[in-house]
Amino acid sequence: MLADTATMHTFVDAARFIGNHTGLLATKTLEQLALSGAALGIALAIALPLGVVLGHFHRGSTIAIAASIVGRGLPSLVLIAAFLTVLGIGFVNNMVALAVLGSGPLLTNSYDGVERVDRDAVEAARGMGMTGWQVLRSVELPLAIPLIFTGIRVAAVTIVATAPIAAIAGGGGLGDIIVNQASYRLSGVLGASICVMLLSALVFAGLAGVQIAMTPRGVRRTSVIGEPQRREL
Amino acid sequence: MRRAGGPTIIPNFGHGSSCVTGDHAFCWDWVRGHWGDTLGPALVQHIELTAIAVSIGFVIAFLLGLATHRVSRIEQPVGIVSALLYTIPSIALFQLLVPFTGLTWTTVEIALVSYTLVILFPNIVQGLESAPDDVIEAARGMGLTRLQVLTRVELPLAVPAIIGGLRIAVVSTVAIGTIAAFLLPTGLGYPIFLALKEPTPFKTEIYSAGALAVALAIGCDGLLVVLRRVLVPWASKGLA
Repeated sequence: MLADTATMHTFVDAARFIGNHTGLLATKTLEQLALSGAALGIALAIALPLGVVLGHFHRGSTIAIAASIVGRGLPSLVLIAAFLTVLGIGFVNNMVALAVLGSGPLLTNSYDGVERVDRDAVEAARGMGMTGWQVLRSVELPLAIPLIFTGIRVAAVTIVATAPIAAIAGGGGLGDIIVNQASYRLSGVLGASICVMLLSALVFAGLAGVQIAMTPRGVRRTSVIGEPQRREL
Repeated sequence: MRRAGGPTIIPNFGHGSSCVTGDHAFCWDWVRGHWGDTLGPALVQHIELTAIAVSIGFVIAFLLGLATHRVSRIEQPVGIVSALLYTIPSIALFQLLVPFTGLTWTTVEIALVSYTLVILFPNIVQGLESAPDDVIEAARGMGLTRLQVLTRVELPLAVPAIIGGLRIAVVSTVAIGTIAAFLLPTGLGYPIFLALKEPTPFKTEIYSAGALAVALAIGCDGLLVVLRRVLVPWASKGLA
């Protein structure tokens, strides 16, 4: 696959498309971010506390495993199509489908993070007279932050990266351009694809930075970037 | 292979049961009637897509893993590159490959192989590193050459991690494979794609193709669990 001149021209056209349609691309990017943000918000509000609480009480490992299977095995296209049949075309069905996708890694990681905190540390805290709530707040959560944050990052990247597929179900965003080659031609499709790629990379890098900044110094381990969890998009 | 029904402009009488034309939640008769021309072929294509991608990805990841095992300096850079590669949305990667390889199977496979590579590589490296130093020294002390240490000690100990990686790779590839339908009329994504293009999305087609994709993922995962039990019975702890 040598980059011959025709191929080069295609990408030059794509770059030109990006230059000539910044307004359109910005609008579509904002649409996509709004959809992704709403989905991530829902997933954070439901899956994160659920995982933390289940981990704290060492209950519900089946739920955590099921969530990891949902996160890994459910094709986003299937999920989006299935929710479309129930909730109709548009913003809501995509938001819910993306929230479900993002909930997988969030739930698994927050559960794992809290559940796997060293039992000795928890018992020492209890021995010092801490209540269950205090143990959770000042021992388990700080120690679980690296894993929880990895979950948030994986969920965010999953959602942002899957959002273009939502275009097929009326979700809007940059995907509108990608699935509409008839109107935007190859240059538009490629230009939008490049934007989608940059957007995911930015979200990934931005959250990795936040993660490094937020991780308590004592629990910083080798690499934050490592172990890409499954992301199906 | 299209169904009749939905608010089409030209009424297409005589095709489809009342269930199909009435757009009920799930119509077994449609599934039975279109297994041969729609669902069955899509399933076979999907299995082919996945099998090719995972095999090629495995071979490349394995060779890269062995190289990394020898020259551990390249692990960090390769790891970062693969983590970044993994953030590329599949729909974008598929499209960006089109100018190079066109609307072909090659395009789809290059993208799928890249993703499997990213998943398999760290697992293989981690597996190869998992042999305790004591064990390796003992093997060396017994007079094994480096190659023998690799084949008789390190590789067998790496099998659980490698199969763990394969499980994730296969399940992800089945899932990403549905996105291939954005490029080519192939795989289980295609019936879903078509069903979504109908004036009213055709539920039975979405549900049946979706269920097949999920079942394929779970089935492959199960096969790999069985494989691990057979290869390394000592490493089996439950289903996880």
